[in-house]
Amino acid sequence: MEKFTTLDGLVMPLDRPNVDTDAIIPKQYLKSVKRSGFGPNAFDDWRYLDPGEPGEDHSKRRPNPDFVMNQPRYHGAQILLGRENFGCGSSREHAVWALEDAGFRVVIAPSFADIFFNNCFKNGVLPIVLDAGVMDRLFAEVEASVGYRLMVDLEAQTIATPDGEVIHFEVDEFRKYCLLNGLDDIGLTLQHADEIHAYEQRRRAEAPWLFNAITL
Amino acid sequence: MSGKTLYDKLWDAHLVREDDNGTGLIYIDRHLVHEVTSPQAFEGLRLTGRNPWRTDAVLAVPDHNVPTTQRDQGVAGITDPVARLQVETLDSNCESFGITEFHMNDLRQGIVHVIGPEQGATLPGMTVVCGDSHTSTHGAFGAMAFGIGTSEVEHVLATQCLIQKKSKNMQVRVEGELGEGVTAKDVVLAIIGEIGTAGGTGYAIEFAGSGIESLSIEGRMTVCNMAIEAGARCGMVAVDQKTIDYVTGRPFAPKGEMLERAIENWRDLHSDNDSVFDRVVTLKAADIQPQVTWGTSPEMVVPVNAAVPDPAQETDSVKQTGMQKALEYMALQPGMPVTDITIDKVFIGSCTNSRIEDLRQAAAVAKGRKVADNVALAMVVPGSGLVKQQAEEEGLDRIFIEAGFEWREPGCSMCLAMNADRLEPGERCASTSNRNFEGRQGAGGRTHLVSPAMAAAAAVAGHFIDARELV
Repeated sequence: MEKFTTLDGLVMPLDRPNVDTDAIIPKQYLKSVKRSGFGPNAFDDWRYLDPGEPGEDHSKRRPNPDFVMNQPRYHGAQILLGRENFGCGSSREHAVWALEDAGFRVVIAPSFADIFFNNCFKNGVLPIVLDAGVMDRLFAEVEASVGYRLMVDLEAQTIATPDGEVIHFEVDEFRKYCLLNGLDDIGLTLQHADEIHAYEQRRRAEAPWLFNAITL
Repeated sequence: MSGKTLYDKLWDAHLVREDDNGTGLIYIDRHLVHEVTSPQAFEGLRLTGRNPWRTDAVLAVPDHNVPTTQRDQGVAGITDPVARLQVETLDSNCESFGITEFHMNDLRQGIVHVIGPEQGATLPGMTVVCGDSHTSTHGAFGAMAFGIGTSEVEHVLATQCLIQKKSKNMQVRVEGELGEGVTAKDVVLAIIGEIGTAGGTGYAIEFAGSGIESLSIEGRMTVCNMAIEAGARCGMVAVDQKTIDYVTGRPFAPKGEMLERAIENWRDLHSDNDSVFDRVVTLKAADIQPQVTWGTSPEMVVPVNAAVPDPAQETDSVKQTGMQKALEYMALQPGMPVTDITIDKVFIGSCTNSRIEDLRQAAAVAKGRKVADNVALAMVVPGSGLVKQQAEEEGLDRIFIEAGFEWREPGCSMCLAMNADRLEPGERCASTSNRNFEGRQGAGGRTHLVSPAMAAAAAVAGHFIDARELV
């Protein structure tokens, strides 16, 4: 996983609540057996006027000029502002892969759906929760100012605005540690293999039916 | 010290270790796998040279991409080459890693959340995970069941564990007796309408109260299935005699003396009387009417005899904008009666509502009637090959076919429209699935979530109608 330490990035606002993972990456692209290449299809239904299918050249499709991602001022954005319940719905990690592939490393919203939130950390994307009031202000600022950037510092858990305001954010310590160091958490878990074996041994004795083998 | 909730008990029983910040390592008893969210996880194992920790805990099945017609040529007959490759990839991954899979044309194939319980692969007291958000379904058995992303699929394959923090406890109580013709789907839609799609975020929800206890196990699965639509990763119901009766005799369920021991243990799978919840929400069963969603989020729901709401009445500006966008997408006017909404297609199926009781409810409405002329397609997609077989034994297929419905092969089908079953832009569908998001059933498609009886009623009327008027 790619490390995340600090990011000074251009900000793009997506001003609607309940942005679901179907909207972030529509189902036809989930047929891929790969982990990369989803970027051109992030927000596909909103981003293009014509329908798309996997494998086609998406640069030849008609962009929807009204969708925020197609406005030149937001090209190259790495920080996404969202509203309540961002990433709700399907568990598809492809949603995070699509955002990451489209260049986003930070998503800031007043609330996230649990599975999406979790998937972000597994892919070097930092989801940040801020109060709805602070979010309202950030939305107003980014819309009022072309080229609006934020400076995110994970170690310090701060976001700095262009006029020098510093906003603190909370992040789970274990996740912060993994993200700062780009750690593979499977490797971390396997360091506790002995404890897992001991648990299994104890459980097999007290609840053996849980270990009924799935075999034909 | 207060007693434990059901979720507390399940959490404690599966905790392998916990660090100083409360991050837990929890053991996973059952891992269900399907073709869409697993290929990158298996690839990850290969790239790192890791082996699965315990293959006998895993059951795999292709469901999202499989066609619901013309299966006689097997996987080779899947016309979409990208979908075919994904199903083939599942087959080859299961083969090479030694994982049990029900192949596409196996009689036991079906939607992963239908076949787990059907086979007894899901048991009370288990932790059950799958790379699919509707894994919450299995909580109906007093299990801790939740959806995970692909990185976590790989993590569970490699370690049989997940890194997780404990959620808060919420109890949703439905008290009293449900009205005649009011179904589990109506109950869960009413709950989501009450607490909102983010109402359960950060919580594990236990559904309780006499209104929940009165539901069959299949009904409880419908309710738990949509816990995720209320924002909760897992929903659950305490074990009672119905749970035990349902599980007993299933292929992977314990038998004989082992079953006796298990049942003794399962009887403790309920919240203690003195347990404390962080939040309790109570609904009166008698207030719940058949529900229809009008918008693009499951919380945008009203009783069938109500009108489409008016955003002008909403005081929260973010919500108001959301409502306006939803009405625009759905091409509906505020104030119009829900029963005036005409439909183009009907979908009866999905992990929410494709079990035998769902099909019986829909058939009871369809029997002796005809699909309305304005309905271009009404389809019934059973949840598994075994559900299909049972329905055919009961003659339900003939009722549907005579009424003008199509009777299909099992799979996820038009719930998420990864296969050929989908809505065309602008088409409006009465659907027994779980998500009415923009484009969910096909780009530009408009979805209204309803119960199986309400979907069948809409099919024969051509517009929404209170199904209770037809039975």
